[in-house]
Amino acid sequence: MTALLTLDGLTKAYPGVIANDSVSFEIGEGEIHALLGENGAGKSTLVKMIYGLVRPDAGHMTFRGKPFHPGEPRAARAAGVAMVFQHFSLFEAMSVAENISLGMENPPSRRQLAARIREVSNAYKLPLDPDRIIGDLSVGERQRVEIIRCLLQNPKLLIMDEPTSVLTPQEVDVLFETLNKLSSEGTAILYISHKLEEIRTLCHHATILRHGKVVDNCDPTQQTARRLAEMMVGSALHIPAKKNLHPGEVLLEVDHLSARSRTPFGTSLKDISLKVRSGEVMGIGGVAGNGQDELLSALSGEILVKREMIRVLNVDTGDLRPNERRELGLLTAPEERLGHAAAPNMSLTENAMLTAHQRQKLTTGGFLRWNAARGFARAIVKQFDVRTPGIANAARSLSGGNLQKFVIGREILQNPRVLVVNQPTWGVDAAAASAIRQALMNLAEAGAAVVVISQDLDELLEMSDRLAILNEGRLSVPAEAADLTIEAIGLMMGGMEAADVPA
Amino acid sequence: MFRLEARPQASKTWIVLTPILAVVATMFAGGLLFAALGKDPVASIQLIFWDPLFGEFAAMDRVDILKKAGPLILIALGLSIGFRAGIWNIGAEGQYIMGAICGAAVGLAFYPMEATFIFPLMVIAGALGGWAWAMIPAFLKNRFGTNEILVSLMLVYVAEHFLSQMSLGLLKNPEGRGFPGSRNLQQYASASNPELFPGTGMHWGVIAALVAVIAAYILMNRHLTGFQVRVTGESPRAAAFAGIIPRRIVVFCLGTSGALAGLAGLFEVSGPAGQISIDFNQGYGFTAIIVAFLGRLNPFGILLAGLLMGLTYIGGNLAEQAAGLPAAAIQAFQGMLLFFLLAFDLLSNYRIRRVRRRVVPQVTEPTASQETA
Repeated sequence: MTALLTLDGLTKAYPGVIANDSVSFEIGEGEIHALLGENGAGKSTLVKMIYGLVRPDAGHMTFRGKPFHPGEPRAARAAGVAMVFQHFSLFEAMSVAENISLGMENPPSRRQLAARIREVSNAYKLPLDPDRIIGDLSVGERQRVEIIRCLLQNPKLLIMDEPTSVLTPQEVDVLFETLNKLSSEGTAILYISHKLEEIRTLCHHATILRHGKVVDNCDPTQQTARRLAEMMVGSALHIPAKKNLHPGEVLLEVDHLSARSRTPFGTSLKDISLKVRSGEVMGIGGVAGNGQDELLSALSGEILVKREMIRVLNVDTGDLRPNERRELGLLTAPEERLGHAAAPNMSLTENAMLTAHQRQKLTTGGFLRWNAARGFARAIVKQFDVRTPGIANAARSLSGGNLQKFVIGREILQNPRVLVVNQPTWGVDAAAASAIRQALMNLAEAGAAVVVISQDLDELLEMSDRLAILNEGRLSVPAEAADLTIEAIGLMMGGMEAADVPA
Repeated sequence: MFRLEARPQASKTWIVLTPILAVVATMFAGGLLFAALGKDPVASIQLIFWDPLFGEFAAMDRVDILKKAGPLILIALGLSIGFRAGIWNIGAEGQYIMGAICGAAVGLAFYPMEATFIFPLMVIAGALGGWAWAMIPAFLKNRFGTNEILVSLMLVYVAEHFLSQMSLGLLKNPEGRGFPGSRNLQQYASASNPELFPGTGMHWGVIAALVAVIAAYILMNRHLTGFQVRVTGESPRAAAFAGIIPRRIVVFCLGTSGALAGLAGLFEVSGPAGQISIDFNQGYGFTAIIVAFLGRLNPFGILLAGLLMGLTYIGGNLAEQAAGLPAAAIQAFQGMLLFFLLAFDLLSNYRIRRVRRRVVPQVTEPTASQETA
């Protein structure tokens, strides 16, 4: 295999951190090359240098045998590099063809462009109607628009940043077919992901980054997922073990819960019912935007519903406010850490006060006991290994993973009877994620009812006793997690009930 | 080439330094302004900042500074609480007027009876008057989602018209030979707010301002309500998650600032001003906004800022009389203070870094902001 792109000693430093430290590797023609690493390992900076968004401080690149130093993305695109970002840049009110035409240097006529889009979408089995409005498309379809936008440039190298985090398993299969076809035609793909199983099935070669350096490379098909994770983290990985427990009494009962979303693009909840028992972890899966935020808000008390729709410890709580629910023992941790679970500019002590002042008795007669709050914040930092110079630091100065540990720790240390978390390990590095999962499972073992809302199916299968899927605001009937396969869950995400899924 | 870089958290040093820097920059730019007007800049600045404190007639000027600073501090404290929550009461001037009218009306209703309960009753009426006037924007905001900035500001003009109506009608002095304005409360012992220690300028309003400084500090730093106010301002979603009810915060913040502005009005009308008249209000309600920000929305900062602002008032008067500086130049000078403060404020959240200029300027695409982990 001849080298398409060679990186030699690429270095990029930002104030206080070296994002890439002398990174060298090469990508062959038609190769699907995985770039693997934890958050903050330097993957994004590296691909931004290849795509011309960031200029390296030192080192050089060779692309198709010529020195390659793109000063801007336009130059990179002209040379044959295309990139699909994790977050799409599409105008919702415009059609597929209009969006694609906007990103082109010299757009052809609308009719020619539509014909080209149809041609490419047929060739790569990515069905897409150029006249449809983006706002009506699913996330998977929107990603197709971005991919086709790239393919129209006939790239030699396609960079994909976490492409599957928004897709159902079936959509992932379709995507992989497309990528394999591209690869067989000689287009190289630089594939960024931290989903190890995907990398094992798709990629020919993997380069592993840690703290900005290349620490390892391998043929991922020859490695176990666990081994890949250990290369990424640099140490043996502790995978939480699930104990079989006999669930006790019902602590949380949701009964025909319906609630309208408060935002115009949100998803309303429709007739959701579930029961969670003491000692049980209930997983709720589903693609983002199917009512996860709304479900958490309805449980936290940010959205009030009919009194009898939610019961905690046999008390009707549907119309109780967040603090009254905390009093009862129902605690929650929303997905967005900064600005929802924590106030960005406030210190960790103040953020500990935020949700814990009742259960931890951090006030007397309305006056704040700052010493007690500091003690509680210190306990969280210590027990959950939150890396911070001190509890007087602002929440926004913490990295995402550390703040997430703080938020989860804050709720767990209050000894909840019922804990509901949304995306507990989103954007968190592997070691921290496994610590968070372990803590949640320990909480359930100690007799609490835990609800985990997540888009990470591996996480749900690892933790849950039972699993249900949110789809367009409806919840499937929960099924025993042990009986479910990834394929079955994928079909449930599409709206089928577990019982209907062929075994 | 220089570049701004966000600090991971606001710098404590710069939060203290920026007001001082702003004052220095204002002196400098003000000096340029005065020079452009053909006045000696150094002498003018000295007239404004030095003479009222240490000049020939400083003893009298210092009393005046205190009288000016009292209402400014009282109003600014109330405003600062709302500002911390992101609730922008711009209409303190109107609440100040309504507090004065209500308080004075209660006092005048008892005229000429002499009794000790009259003044306390006036104080309550003054606070209630300001509170009620601030409840109008609060109610409209909570009920219909109106913008409290516009509503409270508009109500200032309503209050001003109401003030002229009162001085020409209901509250007009029956023995005033037809001149507009109420009876002079300074000549009605039970309803007056005299200097408590002659020659110091200390009246009940100044005492109230000092008490309010301490109360506001305790509220914002030691009490759950103040904490909730701060969380609301920092992050409304986090506040909702923490179970804070936004409507109650709106009522609390507008109510407190209205009541304090009303109190300031009452102490002014029963003390230094003496009577309800068409031109009773002097713009304290607007200047207090500058004081609140100059004091970093911190109670003790507001105390200092109120004194400083009082100083520029008295010094400005001196400069007007002694150096013939136009009143508008003094107002521009005070405006500069807020301008520089807001400009230097940047330094508490950002640091300035020197960057080596590259041969080819770096081009960033809009997609760059959508960076991933």
